[in-house]
Amino acid sequence: MIKLLSDFSIGESGKIKTVTGEGKIRRRLLDMGVTPGAELIMKKKAPLGDPVEITIRGYELTLRKSEAACVAVEL
Amino acid sequence: MKTFALAGNPNCGKTTLFNALTGATAHVGNWPGVTVDKREGVYKNGSVKISVVDLPGIYSLSPYTPEEVIARNFILDECPDGIINIVDATNLERNLYLTTQLLEIDVPVIVALNMMDEVEKSGDKINVKSLENALGVPVVPISALKGSGIRQLMERAAAMSSERKGVTVLEKALSAQIETACAYYREEKTASPLFHAVKLLEGDEIELERKGAAETFKKASGGEDLEAVIADERYKYISSEVSSIKIKAKRETMTRSDKIDKVLTHKIWAIPLFIVVLFFIFHLTFSENLFYLNGFTNEQAWMPSLVDLGLAAEEEGEVIYNNFGVELLAVLYDGAVYSPGVILTNFLNLFLNHISDGVVSLMESGGAAEWSAGLVGDGILGGIFAVLGFLPQILVLFMFFSVMEDSGYMARVAFVLDRIFRRFGLSGRAFMPMIMGFGCSVPAAINTRTLADEKERTATIRVIPFFSCGAKLPILTACGGALCAMAGMTNVDVITMGMYLLGIISAIVCVLLMRNTTLKGETPPFIMELPVYRFPKFKNLMLHLWDKTKHFVKKAFTIIFASTVIIWLFSHISWNWQYVADEEMNKSVLASLGMLVQPIFTPIGFGAQLGEYGWVFAVAAITGLVAKENVIATFATLAACISSMGAHVGNINIPDAIAGIEGIEEVAAMVSATGISGAGIIAFIAFNMTTIPCFAACATAKAELAKGKFKWTLLFWLASSYVISAMVYTVGEWWWTLFIWLAVIGATVTLIVLKNKGVLDITALFKRKHNKED
Repeated sequence: MIKLLSDFSIGESGKIKTVTGEGKIRRRLLDMGVTPGAELIMKKKAPLGDPVEITIRGYELTLRKSEAACVAVEL
Repeated sequence: MKTFALAGNPNCGKTTLFNALTGATAHVGNWPGVTVDKREGVYKNGSVKISVVDLPGIYSLSPYTPEEVIARNFILDECPDGIINIVDATNLERNLYLTTQLLEIDVPVIVALNMMDEVEKSGDKINVKSLENALGVPVVPISALKGSGIRQLMERAAAMSSERKGVTVLEKALSAQIETACAYYREEKTASPLFHAVKLLEGDEIELERKGAAETFKKASGGEDLEAVIADERYKYISSEVSSIKIKAKRETMTRSDKIDKVLTHKIWAIPLFIVVLFFIFHLTFSENLFYLNGFTNEQAWMPSLVDLGLAAEEEGEVIYNNFGVELLAVLYDGAVYSPGVILTNFLNLFLNHISDGVVSLMESGGAAEWSAGLVGDGILGGIFAVLGFLPQILVLFMFFSVMEDSGYMARVAFVLDRIFRRFGLSGRAFMPMIMGFGCSVPAAINTRTLADEKERTATIRVIPFFSCGAKLPILTACGGALCAMAGMTNVDVITMGMYLLGIISAIVCVLLMRNTTLKGETPPFIMELPVYRFPKFKNLMLHLWDKTKHFVKKAFTIIFASTVIIWLFSHISWNWQYVADEEMNKSVLASLGMLVQPIFTPIGFGAQLGEYGWVFAVAAITGLVAKENVIATFATLAACISSMGAHVGNINIPDAIAGIEGIEEVAAMVSATGISGAGIIAFIAFNMTTIPCFAACATAKAELAKGKFKWTLLFWLASSYVISAMVYTVGEWWWTLFIWLAVIGATVTLIVLKNKGVLDITALFKRKHNKED
């Protein structure tokens, strides 16, 4: 099943399928290790529900929901 | 001498290594991208001296942020003799991503495997030899913090051959495409063709600008999107290598950072906790009534002052202490327990006052002329010491912010606050430079380089001065103190905090205004690493504070020294070059200049309505343009003058608990001489807080802003400060004017909204008029 990272609830994990998004955002995501095939876990959400924090490649990355919507993940 | 560039991810200990190598006193922070200046130093402990250039912390060499551009340009254009690539061994996977890019450049590379001690402590093992074989460049395990391995690192760096051909880990997957692109660059005779070729395949903006590059890009990529493929291949290569060279020990599921995060980024408690932290920082720095031990109001106050205890006597408004011991006690307590920031200030002032008094009495007993004793005592020493007196509180404030930054809490604050900042069209990252603005606008403006979006940067730089800096603090405390004295209160920190709040609100309103009018644009992305919590290192903290002290003292003895002397001279010289005694100051050059511009300040409460001595406020506001410390220093000089001119300066009785505040007596003297209203004083604070910042901040802003933006920024500062202080004054004086202001604000908002929705087309209106005229 494929789900957008922005729809993840806390504790869910999966393997990245595709990374889309406008030029700069995509470039940044790829540089930070958000690439197809990488595994991630939804760690937590900020008090106001956005941005979110994920664990990927052994470190903590924070991104907004709108940016997380560029990442399709296979559960 | 060979030059090496130091490159690596943010938070990998790069600045610590730089400090260890060069002994420089650079600041170490945990916020991604604190190092934005190009800093150089020389490593002297080896057999040959090596010059080291510290590059900004970067994750990649794609031109995404200004820092990445700085680092990339330095490596490609300045051709260093080698790159020391510092890699965080606790997070090999992401750190080696940059390494794979650096290896593609035709330059010798050595990898410094940092934080090896932490890796060993966690029980993991890294096979350094295998990593060296895989990368094809020397790898040296080090601990920048403990200083171990640094000598070996520099020895091997010095011994490296001076040339190396770039290699890529993409050879297997994309050899044909790379070869096509490489051929183009070789034909162009570009240095490091491999690096450029790979960047071109990624669709890199800078590469595509070259003549003929777009065609090559099409030919080589065949219309395929290689950007994700390349990033993916790099990480694939790294993952496969890392799995073979790093042996992971079994680990607890909850790390220490996770546990701390559970509290600090808690769903409900995160924001209240942050507010509490901010409150304590300001309370411990500025409060004259520590932890409200002496009650919250004047009626609740129960602590006796030193005079009440019979340890001191009051004569003509001046407190005379029985002996030196009591004078020392007064540093800590006088009618209330002081906060650490205030105690340090009192202590320094005690010391400075004794010097100043000693020098003046020595000069007088030596038979020096009255004017020369005045120049030295009031002009020079008075000015410099007034400025130095602010140093302790600035340092205490800086210390708290450094701890927040170094520990990693600042990044969490951005995470927690991003949602709020987005409403104003900024990212949570903009929070960092803004909060730094509370310390000093100069580093704050430089720190905006971490913002990727040009418009966000411009808006942030413009509002940074509204986050009242350390030098403006004395204006707040001294004027606020005088206001308290007028109202018979003792809690200055309430006024101080209120003024800080006014600055923050002004900043928010101005950002909203700019982001909806002149600086319209998409909200910039927020994709950021949350670094592991680390205990702030005492040594780094002290180095940073020492740096600040040096900077401040230097400023005190140069710009501020010069301007206090100039002010003293201008206030004691008439237009026909005659010495003017204190009693006749109204005949001086400075007074006539002040009187000339005085009416401009009438709508904001300190203009023509103040009468005979009103020009002092105008003069103080003008001298404040040089450095904000000057505002109170000017008051100090002028207070002595106008009192000898016969102004009533002693109308206000200052409660003992706040008598220790630097500059309070001078402001109180000004207030009683001019009869300025409470609203006028607050408007004066507001004006100084939001107007053009000091020379140093202006110079920095000019350097950081895009070309042509600075003159508009100056205009913005002037206009905003005038409007804000006019609003404060009129509403404070005549409350019903609030409705007029609300109506004006409402009309402005409506106009902007209508225009942005396209209902109202102002440019079209203008055009139509123009056509008719034709």
